Amino acid sequence: MIAIVDYGVGNLFSVVSSLKYIGVDAIVTSDEDTIRKCDKIILPGVGAFEDAIAKLRATGLDRVIIDEAKKGKKIMGICLGMQMLFEKSYEFGEHTGLGLLKGEVVGMNGVINSELKIPHIGYNALIFKKESPLLKYIKNGDFVYFVHSYFASNCEESLIASCEYDKELPAIVGKDNVMGCQFHPEKSGEVGLNILRAFCEME
Amino acid sequence: MITKRIIPCLDVKNGRVVKGVNFEGLNDVSSPIELASYYSANGADELVFYDITASCEERKLFTDILTKVAQNVFIPLTVGGGINTLEDFDRVLKCGADKVSVNTGAIKNPNLMYEAAKRYGSQCVVLSADIKRVDGEFRVFSAGGRYDTGKEAISWIKQGVELGAGEIVVNSIDTDGVKNGFDIELLKLVCEVVKVPVIASGGAGKVSHFIDLFKEIPDIDAGLAASVFHFGEIKISELKRELSQNGIKVRI
Repeated sequence: MIAIVDYGVGNLFSVVSSLKYIGVDAIVTSDEDTIRKCDKIILPGVGAFEDAIAKLRATGLDRVIIDEAKKGKKIMGICLGMQMLFEKSYEFGEHTGLGLLKGEVVGMNGVINSELKIPHIGYNALIFKKESPLLKYIKNGDFVYFVHSYFASNCEESLIASCEYDKELPAIVGKDNVMGCQFHPEKSGEVGLNILRAFCEME
Repeated sequence: MITKRIIPCLDVKNGRVVKGVNFEGLNDVSSPIELASYYSANGADELVFYDITASCEERKLFTDILTKVAQNVFIPLTVGGGINTLEDFDRVLKCGADKVSVNTGAIKNPNLMYEAAKRYGSQCVVLSADIKRVDGEFRVFSAGGRYDTGKEAISWIKQGVELGAGEIVVNSIDTDGVKNGFDIELLKLVCEVVKVPVIASGGAGKVSHFIDLFKEIPDIDAGLAASVFHFGEIKISELKRELSQNGIKVRI
């Protein structure tokens, strides 16, 4: 059973539908015991970092996620959920993240070529950087769907795949049992479903 | 770099997908659920799902159909038609929409775009504009292309982006249903004034129209069409192969 953490941010409909489609049992929950009992955790999220991390802390689920991660439970963050796994974010100020991965989240504005549109919206190709069981069913160059204006930086230690948008931006990160996708695997067609499938099958 | 997107549009009336010529003479085409899953699995990059009569008849979307569509679609899904309030946003987002498209509702109350962007983020707010040439200028039409609002189209789109719209669908009434190519003149003007993604709609009849669109306007992000896809006149897989052979980056 996979716990999809519900802390009042974003739309969980697609994540739930995609797991159901690949035949995985999942439960949307904000209950500590349920999250602790599940084999794996998915941390979704859209919107602003400050608001999301505040809501996660207000529910006390930040401690639960950190605890379970330290015990070795497999965790995948999606989009803002991935960004929250890092140490901090500079989205409108400076905010502390969960600190499960080394690195910080910074804005594209002023960093990438000003001719390019921000947010980075659309399908972009994955550039594999390191082997990972998450890549089991997909290949280098496969396309996934991004919607974001901030990205993880100084995260070489956990970088699994990136994409090119003027600069190389982290797309898939992971170290040991803590993983994340900057893009939306639940909105990336067959490729995205295959990434979720690989995560769900991990021992 | 990001790819150009190909987007089939499902115009829905009474639970069925329809497509008219210049918005008149609607023909029943197929089941939205079947079409949506087919497209999702066969190369469409995104889907747009419109209740085309909702604006004038104040009819709500059939949310059960939307829910079934969304459960089987693993690409971004934009929903529009009868979106007049934040509650309407909430209703379709809960049924699985990723983005919500506003048209007549935004004309009646432009602040809807600001309020929605504040609550759900700009990436969620799509401004769809039906535009037609009247007396030498581009005018915005409301209620599915029925009424001339008197608004000048380019300034309306600029205002929409300033208020928080994160994506623009430009539908040319003049080229819609004619299958003679996209409205390059209008689309170029829009791309010159906004920096958010612009989706071209109205006029696609054959593969070369998409090639012309992306070659003539490099800033266009996506091409949208309905009947040519629904009737199989253009196969998305073949379209993408030809775009790719012409040096246009697409997801294959």
